[in-house]
Amino acid sequence: MSGNNIQLDDNGKLRHFLSIEGLNQEILNEILDTAESFTSVTDRTIKKVPILRGKTVANLFFEASTRTRSTFELAAQRLSADILSLNVDTSATLKGESLLDTLQNLEAMQIDMFVIRHQDSGSAYFFAQHVRPGVSVLNAGDGQHEHPTQAMLDMYTIRHYKQDFSGLRVAIVGDILHSRVARSQIHALNLFNTAEIRVIAPRTLLPVDTESLGVTVYEDLEKGLDGVDVIIMLRLQRERMRGALLPSEKEYFRKFGLSQERLQRAKPDAIVMHPGPANRGVEIESSVMDGAQSVILQQVSFGISVRMAVMSMIVGQSGLQSGVDA
Amino acid sequence: MSLHIKNGLVVDVTASTTQQADLFLADGKIAGMGSAPAGFKAEQTIDASERWIMPGLIDCQARLRDPGEPEKANIESETEAAIKNGITTLCVPPDTQPPIDNSATVELIHHRNEMFGHQAHIYPIGAITRGLGGEQLSNMASLRDNGCIAFSNARHKFASNLVQRRAMDYAAGQQSLVIIQPLDQDLLGNGCAHEGAIATRLGLPAIPEAAETAALAKDIELVAQTGARTHFGQLSCARSVDMIRRAKAKGLPITADCAIHQLFLTDHDIGNFDSNMLTIPPLRSQYDRDALREGVADGTIDCLCSDHQPHEVDAKLKPFPSAEAGISGLDTLLPLALRLIEEGVLPLADLIARLTLNPATIMGLPGGRIGIGEIADLIIVDPEPHWICNATDFISKGKNTAFAGWDFRGRVTHTLVDGRVAYQA
Repeated sequence: MSGNNIQLDDNGKLRHFLSIEGLNQEILNEILDTAESFTSVTDRTIKKVPILRGKTVANLFFEASTRTRSTFELAAQRLSADILSLNVDTSATLKGESLLDTLQNLEAMQIDMFVIRHQDSGSAYFFAQHVRPGVSVLNAGDGQHEHPTQAMLDMYTIRHYKQDFSGLRVAIVGDILHSRVARSQIHALNLFNTAEIRVIAPRTLLPVDTESLGVTVYEDLEKGLDGVDVIIMLRLQRERMRGALLPSEKEYFRKFGLSQERLQRAKPDAIVMHPGPANRGVEIESSVMDGAQSVILQQVSFGISVRMAVMSMIVGQSGLQSGVDA
Repeated sequence: MSLHIKNGLVVDVTASTTQQADLFLADGKIAGMGSAPAGFKAEQTIDASERWIMPGLIDCQARLRDPGEPEKANIESETEAAIKNGITTLCVPPDTQPPIDNSATVELIHHRNEMFGHQAHIYPIGAITRGLGGEQLSNMASLRDNGCIAFSNARHKFASNLVQRRAMDYAAGQQSLVIIQPLDQDLLGNGCAHEGAIATRLGLPAIPEAAETAALAKDIELVAQTGARTHFGQLSCARSVDMIRRAKAKGLPITADCAIHQLFLTDHDIGNFDSNMLTIPPLRSQYDRDALREGVADGTIDCLCSDHQPHEVDAKLKPFPSAEAGISGLDTLLPLALRLIEEGVLPLADLIARLTLNPATIMGLPGGRIGIGEIADLIIVDPEPHWICNATDFISKGKNTAFAGWDFRGRVTHTLVDGRVAYQA
């Protein structure tokens, strides 16, 4: 893909973090390795390192978020950055300020890195194309396109429990059509040469030509879970019922909900993941969510290290340094 | 004013040939071909050696944004862009602000065109329902008497099939042409890219083929029902070409066009969310593009249009799904068309017929052919020079091109409107 290189500087190092697509396995491994080195920091009494001291990170969330936003805040704080968090959905843009005006006003406050979530697919690229040289953009979710840090913390979790991807069967279950998380996960799993990636969903929640992403499609949960090592459940948003995509939550759970019984189809040591927030009783049974195979809470804590890793890698590159000089 | 154009290669769109012939123009008409009419005295002579002489292009779908959206474009800027690019006639859809649903707006458009020197001819297409609201019929007879050449609801939907049927009946009753851009608004939804692997990968809300074809199937049935002479605009799907082909074979009074950019671009060109590639209908697959080309070549698609939609910079300076749809097309209509010859899609005279004779015949307009007694709307084209497309060179106020950096060949050297030299390079 042309233009993907906007994520990388001339030396092939991370300058923005916009999408998993367009990156290579080497960079993904570097993110995971760096994250691993930070887990010790998060376990210390004083949980700070000075890597981002003197830098300012702006969290720019055009869409509501609790988990992602707070883990980014914590990650920036633990790297000693100054952090500014803005919920833009309720402020300036409603008054008619254009996206670029919002961005440029913040740039004028000497922001070094933007963490942005926006409802439009492609918005992360849009911002990265329009920030000043030396300012970096980190995608915290753009529409239905990508959510690359979430995918990386999922990869971290998988590597943590399963070590190597090459022999793994991974199933992603749920609303693939609207899921930026799924797209990022699929690209990442493919870059790690995962043996088999399955997506399992009713047809109304599958985009056309899903196979072109490099996955096998199942419309039957039980068949799809057969012998898998990793199960990633996606969140089902309630408004999908209103859009005539599904008949009811009850029927969805009957067909696609992860129950203890269905979990038996997977390998005995399979892990269960969920990017959160989960709907108990809709896509996942409570006993599975709280069960021995669930690693859902571990994912959250890994999320901080992974986000620290991405931020520090971007800082370590020419991007921010030249920003200081400018 | 009398004018002698000598040594040019005349593109005869009625006979599908080209032949060297001198043209003699007087009183805004073509007075002679080959030899001068008796007593002809040229006040001006143009040497068109090694150049093509063609009828001025008739663009059957171009938005000038006038009245209503001066930040995007206006009649003055867009008629200038038209003549410098060989377009002498512009048919404008009714979705101006206010819409062309009353005679005052029609008169305003004509008045403004005169005010700016009538650089090109403008023919308004009337709104088929009041305010394009899809509920109540517009005063079609009055609008026709005031110069509306056809009736359309542009991209707005009818409140029901019943309203659409009655609108078509009423238009048919007064022998007016109906223009439909087939689009099912529910299937379109908030879509912004062709439903296929690219939209899937980019996570862009998708527009299925059926948004066009389901609407087109219904529309064709209503043509069969009402007998309304109907022109289908801006087709984008292979299946649509097939449906038009079959409907024509059945003898239905149907014609069609497609936007010229659909013959060159596909959803792959979206790249990394390039908002200049955002169009409605969307850029579709290679398969669709090839089928559209076939349709143009075999005459299923009668006309090519610019589907000109100029925008101010800010309209495109947004993330892809939030940007405004459309391409500024006047500056690239002829250069793209000429590429179709180089790419072997169809020969020169047949190609030019789809930009002149065919729209003139369908819309009932003067011009579109070169012959004695015809209106002297002519262009002279030098087929040789290569040039690189650059948005900043655009004459149109809209710089939103999808073809920046393309290598084009051929340039308009003269544009004549009503026998006067409206533009000379």
